[in-house]
Amino acid sequence: MRPFMGSRNLRQLLLPIGQVVVFVTGAGAICSLVMLLLALLFRGSAADQALQATQGVGILVYTFNSLPQVLIDGMTIGFVYAAIALGYTMVYGVLQFINFAHSEIFAIGAFCGVESLIALNKMGVLAKASTMGAFMYLGLALLVGMAASGGMAVLVERVAYRPLRNSPTLVALISAIGVSFALQDLIRLTESLTTGQFYRVIPTFGNFDDRINLFRLGSKVIDIQVKSVVVIIAAVLMLVALNYLVNSTKVGKAIRAVAQDKNTAALMGINVNAMISLTFLVGGALGGAAGVMYALKFTRIDPFVGFMPGIKAFAAAVLGGIGNLTGALLGGMVLGMIESFAGAYLGTYTMGAFGAEYKDMVAFLILIVVIVFRPNGLLGEHVSQKA
Amino acid sequence: MKESLKSRSQNLLDFLNRGRTPYFASIGLIILGFSLVYASPRSIPGFLLFVFAASSIYWLKMNRAVQLGLAVFLAVVLVPILGARNLFYLEVIFQIAVFSALALGLNIVVGFSGLLNFGYMAFYAVGAYLWAFFGSQQPYLLHSTVTTKALNTPFFLAPDWFYLFVFLGVIVAAILGLLLGLPVLRVRGDYLAVITLAFGEIVRQLANNLDKPINFTNGPQGITPIQRPTMPEGVLKLFNQVIQPVVGHRVTENQAYNILFYLIALLVVIAVIVITYRLDDSKVGRAWTAIREDELSAGAMGINANKLKLGAFAVGASFAGAMGVLFAASRTFVSPETFTFLQSVGVLTMVILGGIGSITGVIVGATVVTLLNIQVLQSFSLYLSQLRQSDAVFLGFHWKNLSNQLDPTKYQRLIFGIVLVLMMIYRPAGLLPAARRKRELGGEPEGESLEGKEA
Repeated sequence: MRPFMGSRNLRQLLLPIGQVVVFVTGAGAICSLVMLLLALLFRGSAADQALQATQGVGILVYTFNSLPQVLIDGMTIGFVYAAIALGYTMVYGVLQFINFAHSEIFAIGAFCGVESLIALNKMGVLAKASTMGAFMYLGLALLVGMAASGGMAVLVERVAYRPLRNSPTLVALISAIGVSFALQDLIRLTESLTTGQFYRVIPTFGNFDDRINLFRLGSKVIDIQVKSVVVIIAAVLMLVALNYLVNSTKVGKAIRAVAQDKNTAALMGINVNAMISLTFLVGGALGGAAGVMYALKFTRIDPFVGFMPGIKAFAAAVLGGIGNLTGALLGGMVLGMIESFAGAYLGTYTMGAFGAEYKDMVAFLILIVVIVFRPNGLLGEHVSQKA
Repeated sequence: MKESLKSRSQNLLDFLNRGRTPYFASIGLIILGFSLVYASPRSIPGFLLFVFAASSIYWLKMNRAVQLGLAVFLAVVLVPILGARNLFYLEVIFQIAVFSALALGLNIVVGFSGLLNFGYMAFYAVGAYLWAFFGSQQPYLLHSTVTTKALNTPFFLAPDWFYLFVFLGVIVAAILGLLLGLPVLRVRGDYLAVITLAFGEIVRQLANNLDKPINFTNGPQGITPIQRPTMPEGVLKLFNQVIQPVVGHRVTENQAYNILFYLIALLVVIAVIVITYRLDDSKVGRAWTAIREDELSAGAMGINANKLKLGAFAVGASFAGAMGVLFAASRTFVSPETFTFLQSVGVLTMVILGGIGSITGVIVGATVVTLLNIQVLQSFSLYLSQLRQSDAVFLGFHWKNLSNQLDPTKYQRLIFGIVLVLMMIYRPAGLLPAARRKRELGGEPEGESLEGKEA
């Protein structure tokens, strides 16, 4: 038995952190460069003059000044997308099937996490909690969300996908859509029967809404919310853990073997069904954690909250190369950045003609363009398209 | 148990189909159903019996001419009379017609050629917005902000244009179908499904957001009022002379419009059914089936798969475009809310429930889902709210404590979802599988019937 902290294991632990750093800086730098080039092109345009008139700065300065904030926002949302995208990509890697219900698995994680926080709040412990205590309770909510989502993902696989494993992919896909719709209304039913309202708001506690000042840029203070930091750290930890599980453990090897060839894996004594369930468990747990983080960042959730992040995360998984874990991370980051940039600058650059409301459409356009022109994604190995 | 039930119902059908019995049975059923609904316009069992009677024309063996005559009499005389007595049923039948046409259109894409389409409502939306824009005052509002205020200006186009726009809707939707079809040439299977989903969402979001810089769609508020087509001269008068004694009250203009829309929808549906039947049995239909089953071999047989797939998208879209124009005119209001992913999946549910690829099945599916949506669920909701107001106690549970969020009409997703999952697991070919499929499958397990085997 090798010592746990052997050099190979250490490498496996550090590799994803290195990837995260490279992807964040890479995606951020490229997006910023493109934006600054655009700003140069737009100098002297009507948008530039409008900015000069209202804010007294040119479009180049304006763009440059708001860049750090946009980058931080993009990174935060990028991590959430990456965590969801990992669930899509893991299932796709193993079963070559789009788990459409993953967006509702995400929503279930969000609801269970928030419900446990609401319960804690009712007991009065949240209000009294110290800063450390607040982090612990949040960690608890994350665990509850992960457990609920993971369990639900396994259940869904058992009930709705396993009987269809040998059917054509479209049959399973329709079943997944059905599960997704049924789960949305099940959440709504349970939530509305208990309180008469189907949305939930995460209770305020701890210092998550505080802002940490990072640095000063001209007259502008660049800051980051504590909850964004929490989201980023939690996401990175999960990525490291996942990478370790998949690449350095025996179970991970078994999952990879099943993804490569189910029949041969079964001949080697691997319990294929158990590995598929495990894949759903891990992917679902990641989605659930992402759900709690999403709720922390956007505070209000409703049963249909999963649809948009779900489809964007799927776009991210496809963009990175579906079936590829690193690709999901890269895709999530790129998509988060692009969305954040579109949300921040689209309105200013088009003088309000196309505002931030088009940022959802950007994700859909990316999805279509990537699937049509580069179905293997940025990092994808060859993905065979099965009819 | 199941077998015996099947053979017993077969025996019953054989008995009914002997000699002159089907004529008596069908006419008797129609008279019974009609008089029940006529006597108590609000009775649901009566209406269901009436629907059953109408379908009996189809499944009882009768002379073709008699069948046709009965159907026409039922559709053109009996239904309008009942409809004038209770508009709600006319509405139900109108919606059944609309959704049947939509489901048949989707059936061409999903059922005949095996291309999954989750963005089907986009074509419906395009048809609806086409007439909504040109048939309202919206063209005068291009440079103003979103408003709900009524204008004094006349409508942009004369109401007669409506009839031309039904055809324009067909053309525009077909062109859009071709556009969406282009990626189809490169993408297959589940990726295609995701692309169509994204496309549907993009169209809906455009409808939602194109209120600036130029106000095309009036944003989330939607466009209203949209004008209705001109009623042909003297129809209302004629209606009142002929029907008034039967209906029991004067038919107002509004009611007459409902009947008119019902008749137009009926015409469109009949056209759609005829086209679908002809396509299914044509060279094109067989080529679609060949592509669905195995694209490679189809190509080897000299079938131009690209052209035919684009054709499937265009034809499917065109049905939705025509119905969209009709929908906009009949509601006099359109908003992006009508064209959501939920609705696209709803139409897909109709196709899958009835029997993918089967024309009768799809119509039955559309009927069942529509009835479920706007009649069964609604009356169930009503029943629950009555319970809520009563003081009844059931097993120690006070009904008045029942959450008023428990409103079955709001839980369409749950029903669609469960139907989809159950159908996929237990009957992927649908309730009434297509004849060609039955022939093909022979002894093969049902699970392989939706699509070709994995390549």
